[in-house]
This record gives sequence, structure tokens and C-alpha cells, in this order.
Amino acid sequence: MFPLGLTSYIIGGAFIGLAVAFVYILTGIHATQSTFFTSTLSYFVKRPYFQRDTNLKSREWRLFFAAGVMLGALIYTLTISPDGFWVTSVPMWRLIFGGFLVGFGTRLSSGCTSGHGISGVASLSTTSVYAVLTFIATGMITVYLLGVLGL
Amino acid sequence: MKQQNSVLFIGGIIFGFGLAYGKMSQPEIVLSFLERTDFGLIVLMAAAFSFAFVAINIVPRFIEKPILGGQYKRRERTLSKNSIIGAIVFGVGWGISGLCPGAAISSVGVGNLPALAGIAAMFLGAYVMGRYFS
Repeated sequence: MFPLGLTSYIIGGAFIGLAVAFVYILTGIHATQSTFFTSTLSYFVKRPYFQRDTNLKSREWRLFFAAGVMLGALIYTLTISPDGFWVTSVPMWRLIFGGFLVGFGTRLSSGCTSGHGISGVASLSTTSVYAVLTFIATGMITVYLLGVLGL
Repeated sequence: MKQQNSVLFIGGIIFGFGLAYGKMSQPEIVLSFLERTDFGLIVLMAAAFSFAFVAINIVPRFIEKPILGGQYKRRERTLSKNSIIGAIVFGVGWGISGLCPGAAISSVGVGNLPALAGIAAMFLGAYVMGRYFS
């Protein structure tokens, strides 16, 4: 069940939860991730979907939030990480093809692992609970099929 | 820098630190969850949930309004065909890449530069969804 132990998962999750709580208590904002793509695109794409109020109102903080996420991971890597800098061995075609579906699917669903998975579930939203169960199920099926196909 | 932006920047740092600490910036670890060999991701989500739950459901009983203005509002979305179809597609992409939006962004911070290609693809996917399917 837990070949790498539990400690890093509990501590990592606690930091993530603290970040969400910190932002929410101070500002009432749900610090979530995937709207970042649409809201950042609103700087360049003038079509009505991208120019929605929610995108325009949040696009600035979402850039700061994303920059923070990247910096936080860098700080971890430069300080207490046992691994140091690290590069994945997942093939490039999987990162790109999978990434495309992640961008498409999270926006169609209005949420990702953080929006549905943390803020949505913690808000006791049934939509988010269904979404989380769905993406975990299709994720597991996909990994299984890729294994069967030897990819 | 606006106050709100500073809060989100600091919150982002804590969030990204947690993602990296919890190994979520490594697609291999996410894939090992989806392979059902390491259920740590659920433990991480549960730990994150407990803090978020208190902030969203309990804190507003004691503090009426957010300290820096605005209002407390639960994150709710209407259940629709799109929310489920989108989740199906997201899950497939998650299983192929081992990346989700936040984890991919944090992955760049741990030095995993190939994640940038995944992020670019996410932007493209978000664009195609907004341009042709909304």
C-alpha cells in the first residue's frame, strides 16, 4: 500500500491544506489551479468565453499563485529535498498528449485535483465528489490499458 | 504588489513546497497511485482536506468576513454533463502523463523541465476547449 512510507505524504498534504486555508481565511479565495490556463489565455484571446468576469478578476492573482507554486517547489528542492534536482523518465509524448487532455478536461469540468479534489470536496460539493471519483477511475483504467498495451 | 497578490504568492509558495514535499511533482509517483501500488496520494489529499475543511466550514463561524475583505463562499459547481465528461477526459490525460495542473507547475520547480511541455499542452487543451466546446 505505502512502499515509500506515509510521512512525506502527510507533511506534503498538510502544507497544501495550510496554503489553501491561509489564502481562504485571509481573502475568501479558493486557491485552485486549473482556471489559471483559461484566465492567463484571457490576456491574449478576446473571445467571450475567455473574457468572462471570473477570468478577468482572477487572472492577476492566479499568475502570482502559479509563480509561488513553482518557487515553493524550487525552495524545497534547494533546501531539504533528499533527491535534489530531478527529471522524469515519463516519455515526452505522454507528457504532451496527456497534458493536452488534462488542459481540455479540467476546463470542461471546471476543476482539477485541487479545485474539485481539495477545495470542492472540502466545500462538501457533491459535483466535486463525483468529479474526483470519475477522474481517479478513468486515470486508473488509462494506466491499466497503457500497461496492457506495453506503452 | 497588491495585498491579495502577496497573499496568493505566499500561499503558492506553501502549496508548491507541499506538492514537492509530498512527491506530487514526480509524475512517476502519481502514476504509481493510479497503478494502485502506492496509495500515498490519497493520504496527501486527506491531510490537505482536513485543513481546507476547517478553513472553509468552521472558521467562517467565528470570523464573519475574510480578514482582507471579500466574502466566504463555499466552492460549489452545478453537476452537469460537462463536469463529468471533463473529469473523464482529465482522468485519461492524468493517467497518460502523471501530471495535473498544480503538480506540473511545481514539477518545473524541482528541475523537471520536460513538465514545461506538459504545461504548454495544458494551455493548448484549455484553449481548444474554450474555443470550440464552450
